[in-house]
This record gives sequence, structure tokens and C-alpha cells, in this order.
Amino acid sequence: MLKLVKYLKDYIKETIIGPLFKLLEACFELIVPLVMANIIDIGIKNNDTGYIFKMGGIMILLGILGLVCSLTAQYFAAKAALGFGTALRNEMFSHINSLSFSEIDKIGTSTLITRLTSDINQAQVGVNLVLRLFLRSPFIVVGAIIMALSINARLTLIFLVVTLFISVVIYFIMSSSIPHYKNVQNKLDRVSLLTRENLTGVRVIRAFSRQKDEIKRFEESVDDLAKTQLLVGKISALLNPATYTILNAGIIAVIWFGGFSVYGGNNTQGEVIALVNYMSQILLALLALANLIIAITRASASAIRINEVFAVTSSMNEGADFSQKNINNSAPKVEFRNVSFSYNEAEEDALSDISFTAENGETIGIIGGTGAGKSTLVNLIPRFYDVTGGEVLIDGINVKEYPFSELRRKISVVPQKTVLFSGTIRENMQWGKKDATDEEIYKALEIAQARDFVDVKPEGLDTVILRGGRNLSGGQRQRLTIARALVAQPEILILDDSASALDFATDLRLRRALKILAPKITVFIVSQRVSAIKNADKIIVLDNGRMVGAGKHDELFETCAVYKEICLSQLSEDEVKSQ
Amino acid sequence: MKENNNKVLKRILKFTRPYIGYLCLALVLAVITVSTTLYAPVLVGKAVDLIISEGNVDFQGILPVLLCLGVVIAITALSQWLMGLCTNKITYNTAKDIRTAAFNRLQIVPLKFIDSNQHGDILSRVITDVDQISDGLLMGFTQLFTGVITTLGTIVFMLSINFAITVIVVIITPLSLFVASFIARRTFNMFRLQSETRGELTSLVEEMISNQKVVKAFGYEKEAQSQFEEINLRLQEYGLKATFFSSITNPATRFVNGVVYTAVGITGALLAINGSISVGQLSAFLSYANQYTKPFNEISGVVAELQNAFASAKRVFDIIDEESEEPDSPDAFKLTEVDGSVSLKDVEFSYRADTKLIDNFNLSVKPGQRIAIVGPTGSGKTTIINLLMRFYDVDSGEIMVSGYPIKEVTRNSLRSMYGMVLQETWLKTGTIRENIAYGKPDATDEEIVKAAKLAHAHSFIRRLPQGYDTPVSEYTENISQGEKQLLSIARVMLVMPPMLILDEATSSIDTRTEIYIQKAFARMMEGRTSFIVAHRLSTIKEADCILVMNKGNIIEQGTHEELLAKGGFYADLYNSQFEM
Repeated sequence: MLKLVKYLKDYIKETIIGPLFKLLEACFELIVPLVMANIIDIGIKNNDTGYIFKMGGIMILLGILGLVCSLTAQYFAAKAALGFGTALRNEMFSHINSLSFSEIDKIGTSTLITRLTSDINQAQVGVNLVLRLFLRSPFIVVGAIIMALSINARLTLIFLVVTLFISVVIYFIMSSSIPHYKNVQNKLDRVSLLTRENLTGVRVIRAFSRQKDEIKRFEESVDDLAKTQLLVGKISALLNPATYTILNAGIIAVIWFGGFSVYGGNNTQGEVIALVNYMSQILLALLALANLIIAITRASASAIRINEVFAVTSSMNEGADFSQKNINNSAPKVEFRNVSFSYNEAEEDALSDISFTAENGETIGIIGGTGAGKSTLVNLIPRFYDVTGGEVLIDGINVKEYPFSELRRKISVVPQKTVLFSGTIRENMQWGKKDATDEEIYKALEIAQARDFVDVKPEGLDTVILRGGRNLSGGQRQRLTIARALVAQPEILILDDSASALDFATDLRLRRALKILAPKITVFIVSQRVSAIKNADKIIVLDNGRMVGAGKHDELFETCAVYKEICLSQLSEDEVKSQ
Repeated sequence: MKENNNKVLKRILKFTRPYIGYLCLALVLAVITVSTTLYAPVLVGKAVDLIISEGNVDFQGILPVLLCLGVVIAITALSQWLMGLCTNKITYNTAKDIRTAAFNRLQIVPLKFIDSNQHGDILSRVITDVDQISDGLLMGFTQLFTGVITTLGTIVFMLSINFAITVIVVIITPLSLFVASFIARRTFNMFRLQSETRGELTSLVEEMISNQKVVKAFGYEKEAQSQFEEINLRLQEYGLKATFFSSITNPATRFVNGVVYTAVGITGALLAINGSISVGQLSAFLSYANQYTKPFNEISGVVAELQNAFASAKRVFDIIDEESEEPDSPDAFKLTEVDGSVSLKDVEFSYRADTKLIDNFNLSVKPGQRIAIVGPTGSGKTTIINLLMRFYDVDSGEIMVSGYPIKEVTRNSLRSMYGMVLQETWLKTGTIRENIAYGKPDATDEEIVKAAKLAHAHSFIRRLPQGYDTPVSEYTENISQGEKQLLSIARVMLVMPPMLILDEATSSIDTRTEIYIQKAFARMMEGRTSFIVAHRLSTIKEADCILVMNKGNIIEQGTHEELLAKGGFYADLYNSQFEM
């Protein structure tokens, strides 16, 4: 929790003013029992009605001052807490954006989302409570003890013992429930995962009529959650009864020993009542503290989960001293030099010893079986992952020396999974180039063979795309993602199996348009279809992470067994030969 | 607004009904707790009255009073603890039930609801909002509950001591209720705004984090950040208002308490002067004044929390109230056997009223026929699947299976007749074994392995360190997209339904295994009516009938050879492949 305190830095004023006014209010509250003791010991004893009314007036005044202070305190505390939450959320979102895929894969997106939303909320609630109550309660305890001291020093010992015991109990209960709160959050994560999964898999679930089983699974999961919550509840339910008992034992002691003190003439009856009152105030304050501690416990469990995210740092560093001057225009556009890669050090290499060059404006086809490493290979070009051996060069410079912004400006990727964002078509198109004009967008749509269906839409570029592009067909979505990549005017375009939902004719028109309208772009086409890469300037054949062939279609068909096999599985002998 | 709240409250309470036993027990324990808590000050007062002045203290009298006090305290503590256990039980189980109800509803809402709503928003309702309800309930039970009883109990105890002071207390206190309810009304809206903005933020986060690859590839981090910050800023604003206004309640009511305390002090002192009450009784009264008003403090704190909970509950109930799919008609029968014939008559359909997608669609499929659906993207191919599976209902016209209109059979039985492999693979969280057995949970290991072998998934599964017990989910990266596809094929292979729907199923499976899969498919399709949304020539060529679709309509229909000979749209499509 302490690590997160820095997010309060813009709210230092509020963070101080809030508790300060809370303290002022507490002072006024502490004076009240003394005033009451005076009413009993002076007013009643002397039958002085005037005095009683005067003291009553003072008490009302104290109340009004308390109210004003308290409102001030609440406002500043809320302001600081909300500011804290907002700053923390912004920071965490930006931190998540800075992580590389390896880290995000490792943590998992669904837990990242809960941590960013519900955990930060918990922490925010915690901060608000702390600012409002954390200083106030101990202050009342200490204040009550000091007031007691002024009445009777020896009886104050009872106050000290009671406070000590209660603190021990609170500590015990707190330390045994913290781990469980973490557990509760984890179980909640699981419930969240199941819900999400059900939303995305709704078609499959219904196709197999497994709704009942899904409900059962969900029920098991929420049941598990409830059980853990009950366990935590059992522990924290001890808090109030235990503190209540200790405190009242204290009151019994105060009355008993107070009796002796009055008997000996050291104290008055009114003072004993005041002592009992202070004892009650301690109870109230400590109870508030206990509830607060529960909230803090929750918040700190959340804080731990939040800090875990911050603790993960990106394994990738941007190139620092990059200069455009180093760009070598005569070097190949993209070059792989003895590149090896594995997702996980323990695992077998996903790619090993890959070397090839791609010249400016060339089209490179990449083909191979499932798990051959096609996507992995192209993921290394924009440095989504770092190579584990060898190097990847663009314009003669290692990709590790580029700043990310420069690297990704040069490269556009159309990933396998088509992703569009909620917003209009225009907004989606402007992802790669914020100020892209309609003209530029239409040009990209034309190349991507998407112009015709966009034009048919009554709202054209302003057509709103629903979540995940639900109101478009798979092929339309795919073409839009291709157009989006083109709007960015990249030097290198990577199509990662991204024409799979297109029919042959559209696919062909797309490739042809690319060649004619954007001849300078170096294009990488990852595909399962021989027809899509057949005419590439260079075809790279991958098999189990190794490059088993590189060259043009005709020569590969003669020399590369794997390639030949792939070709014949899709095309007839005539079709293979036809140009 | 008030009425709305009542409705929401009634519904929440309805959810607590199964725990009525615990509720009663909690009520009894609350009464015990409260009365013993209230009895304690009386005993304290008695003891104080025995401590009069120097040399005048009745220790003999004090001792039994204190002993009695000890017992009372022990009882209080015990019943308080038990009550805590009861309320926990009610709260957490109710939250569980509400969550389950929401989830159950998600299983029966029309797909349209799920397709057209932000998943992040639905998620935030099922997770965060239900949490909020549970927090509200817990506070409601532990504090509102005892609060009301304490108030009533205090009045009785105070009346037993002195009438005049009691009247004063009772008259002043409603002021605090008035203040509290005034504030509560103001805060409800703020909480609703806060909840909504939170949902919006969750949606954005969900979209951006789930699709990090695209965000990164386009260097869109800054844009995403600024969108996020904009919503976050609004959240801060609403949150500040909601938090502040709700936190006014406590100081305001505490001020009213102070007034009550003072009034009791003054009147009590005056009464003590003329001897109608003792000093000890005054001390008891003072502590009652605290006890009596304390619940009002808490009630108002609780009211704030409850407001929050109500706002959340409304959002959750919105899901629970979401209209379900038109239920199977009461005389719908279970389709147990089909001959495999399917026909569509004059089918019209659109996702949105303003854009007609499928118009006047007619098709008659004979048993065992293999139908390839081809056509440019966006021509309505996947929509046909939505209609065949009854994920969406036709706007007009009729679909018949085996001679029965599909509206007259149960949805589940209709769907169980189809084996479906979608273009977007979906795996549930669980092991590979569980995923393959998804359509037949009681399948034996042999059956599972057999299905995996048929789908050519066996060899890659065996290579995984944990084999068939490897955990997978939609988000796992330990198997490739193609392998996921193989698993979803194996999933269908296992159940072997009489009809098949394949939506570009082989699109991300590599070409080398594709040929085997096609063989397996061919075997599976033997005698089974199959609909294949296809782009692959080999698949299309083997079809009995090819439907060429364009703009929602079938424009050509026939075998590969027939269509080529015809020289129409299909022929153009086919020839374009080898033009270049």
C-alpha cells in the first residue's frame, strides 16, 4: 500500500487538510464529556440553572464547529482519494501499454482488467477512509487517555491496558484475514473469466446445448467464492464482540477502582461518569478503526495485486541513440541474419537459424505447416518479440536500435485475428495516421478492396462499427484491417494470414492492387494458400521452425519437397504450372 | 425514484428468501444483542449511584451489580458474533444467487443482446455491480437491522426511566433522518453516473488490453491513453461528487446527535436538580442518547451505501430482466431423428431494420447433400448459419428440417442435429480432454482419442508436455490458432451429429494437414447433410451443390462443372484465381 502513496503527490494539500480538519473535529468531540462532568459536578451540585444553560450553549457551539470541520475534511479527503485513483488508473493503463507481449501473455488479460478496474477502486476506497478516519481514531484514543490522565493518573492504567489488549486483538484478526482477502479476489477473477468466456463462446455453447453445464460450472465457481468469503467473514465477525468485551471489562474496572478513589476523596461522582464516557469514546474510536482496518486490509490486498502489475517491467528497451543518418538505403529493406527464437527459454526453438533478405518493393511469401513458425517469423520484424539469437535488420540497422515509434511507423501489420474497435470506420482507419484525410483513406480502401462496401453504407466512412465489428462480415472486417494498415503508409506491410476470409477473386484483386498502387511497399504475405504467394518475388518455406526453401515458385516446385507437397495438396498439376 | 428504489429493494429481498431461516435467527440475535447492550448502561448507572462521595461508597452493593454486568457483556458478545455469522451467510449467498441469476439469463438471451452489447459492460455488471450489492446488503443487515432495533429498544428503556427526556429525544432525532434522506436522494444520481462511467471505462480497457497486438502495431498507445484519461477524468468528477455527497451524511447526523446529547444533558441536569432522577440515571440517559442516535448515524451511512447498491442492483436486474429468446413453444417437440432434408422458403432477414440483408431466399436441400456456400465476402454466408442454427430468427418465411418447421421443435434438439465448426475458434478454460468432450461430457478416453485422431489433432496433443490434460483457454498461447481449429474439429468429430455446418473451418489449418482433414470430413459427411461456407477449391469441388451468393441472394446454384459451363458469376470467380 505504501508504494502507492506517490500517486497522492498532486494532492498533498488535500491529503494534509483532510485529516487536519478531522483532528480539529475530534478535539471538539473530546471536550464534550468534560463539559458534561462540569454540569453534573457544578451545575447540579450547586443547583445553578444558569450555569447548566451556559454549558449547554457551549456544547451546541462545539457541535457546529465540529460539523464545519468535518465537512471540510470529507471534501478534501474525497478529492485526494479520487485524484489518487484517477492518477493510479492512468499510470497503470500506460504501464500495461508499455509491456511487451511476452509479459502480457504471462499475466493474462482478464486479470489485468480486474486489477485495473476493481482493485484500483478498492485502493481508492481505502485511501478515502484512511484520510477520513485513520488519524482521527487513534487521536481520539490518545486524547481520551490524556483526558483520563487529567482526572486520575492511576485509573489511566486501565485505559492503557484496554487499548493494548484491543490492539493485539485487532492485529491478530487482521493478520489472519489478509491472505484470505487475496484469495477472494483470485476467486472473483475466475468468476470474471468464466463470464467473459461465456460471452465470447456463446455460439459454441448453444450449438452444443451446454448452457446447463456452463451454469453448473459457474455455480461451482461462485459457490467457491462464497465459501471463501464466508471464511473471511467468520474471522472478521470476531472483531466487534472481542473488542466490546475487553472494553466493558475496562468499564467494570473503572467503576470498581473509581469507587475506591471516590471513597478516598480523590475524585467526584461526575468524574467517574466522565471516565466511563471516555472509555466509551475509546470503544467507538477503536471500532471505527477496526472497520477501517478491514477496509485497509482489502485495499492492501488490492494494492499488492496492483503492485504486482507495476513490478512487471517490459523486457524490451527502445533504441536510444537512433539517427536517420545511419539508414543505409543500399542495404536490403529487411534482413534476417541467423535468427533463432524461442518463446520460452526452456522450450525448443520456434525458429532456428533463419537467414534471408527482402529488397525494397519485393513481395515475400511465407508458407509452411501449422506450428512451422510463420507468424513467429513476421512478429520479429516489428519487434513484437526479441530474437534469442542472430539479428533482424531494417535498412541495415538492427531493429533493437530503433525507437518503437520509428520502427512501427515503417511497418504495418495486419494480424491473423481481425480486430476493429468500436467507433466509426473513419476512426478505425485513422489508427495508423491520426490526420489521414478522406482521400488517403479512400485510396487505402480501394487497394484493400473495401471501397465498394463502404460506399454502399448510407453513412459511408461515418458508419459505426459495433464491438468487434459484429455488423460486418469476416471478409469485410479483414479488408478493413488491411486498409487500416495501408492508411499508415508503411514501408513494410505484413499480411499475417490476413486474407483467409477473402474469396480468391477478392484476394487476387487485392494483391494486384497492392503491386500497382503501392509498388514501393515491401510486402510479407503469410498464407496457407499457394495461390496467394505463388507469384511472390521470393517464397520462404518453413518447416518446424527451419527454412527448408527460399526462391521463386517454379524453382521451389522442382527443388523443395515440402513446397511441392503443399502445392499438390491444393492445386492440380495444371494449375501449379499455369501462370 | 423512491418508487424505483422500493422495487429494487423488494427484488433484492426476494433473493434473500431462501435464507429466511438465517434471517429470522439474525433477527432474534439482534434483539438479544440490543437488549443486553441497552441493559448494560442501566447497570453502570446503578453502580454509579452507589458511588456518592468521599467515604460514602457502597462496595457491598456494587459487587453484584458489576458481576451482573459481566454476564450481560458476555451474552452480548456471543450473540453479536453469531449474528455476524448469520448475516455473512445471507449476504454472500444472496450475492451468489444474484450473480447466478444474471449468468443464467445470459444463457437464454437472444444472441442479438450479446452481439450488440459491450462485453466489458456486461462483465462489469456481473462482477463489480454484484459486489456492490453484496457490500450494501452486508452493511444493511449488520447496521440497519440492529440500528432499527436499537432505536426501538432505547425508547423502551428510556421510557422506563423518565418520560420527559424521552419525549425530547424522540422529537429531535427525526431531524437526522430528514437530513439523511435529503442527502441520499441527491446522491443516487451521482452513483448512477459513476457506475455508468465505470462501465464505459471497463469496456475501453477490455477492448484495448485484449487487442494489445493491434494497439502496439499501430503505435496507438498514446491515443488509447488519452481516450482512457478522458473517461477516467469524468469518472473522477462523478466519483468525487458521489463520494463527497454521500460522506456529508455522517457529519450532518452526528451534529444532530450532538444537539440531542446536549438537550438530554440540560433537561437531565434540570430534572436532577429537582430530584426527579438520580445522577446515575442521568449517566445512563447520556449513554442512551449516544446509543439512540448512533443507529441514525449508521443508517445514513448505510443509506449511502445502499444507494450505491441500488444503482448497481438496477444494472444487474437489467440483465436479469433482459428479454429471453422467444421460448420454445409449449408444444415444441424434441427432434430426435432427422432425414437430413432442409428447406428455406421465402426467408427474409436483417440484423437491423434499416438494412435488409437476406431477401426472398429459397433453398431445398435433399438428405445427405453437401452444400458449399461461396460468394464474395459480405454476401450473407455466415448469416445463413445464424438462421439454420436458430441463433437468430427469420423475419419472415420458414426454415424446415426433416419436414418440420424449426420453430416447432426445441432449440436444443435442433442444434444438436448440427455439428458446427466456426471460423472463430473458441475453447473453454479447461483441459484439452474437456474441450474435445464438450459435446459429450461422458465420452470415454478411447472415444476422445479417436476423435482427436480423426481430426489429426492427436499427434500435436501427444507432443504437449501434459498431453490431453494440458490446460487451454481461449486466451492461451500454448497452442496455435491452427491447433485450436483442429481441437474444435475434434469436438465435432466426437459427437458426429447427422448434419454439419462448417464455416471456413479450415482457413487457418495448414495445407498439409488440410488434405487429411478433408478426407476425414468427407468420411464424416458421408450420408450427412452438410453446409460449408467455403473458400477452398478442393472443398467446393467436392460439393453436391454450390450456392453462389451475392448480396444476400443465391444467384447461381449447381455443381462445379455445371457452374463453370454456365460461364456466370462463379466461373468468373474461379477463373480469376489463375489469371495473373
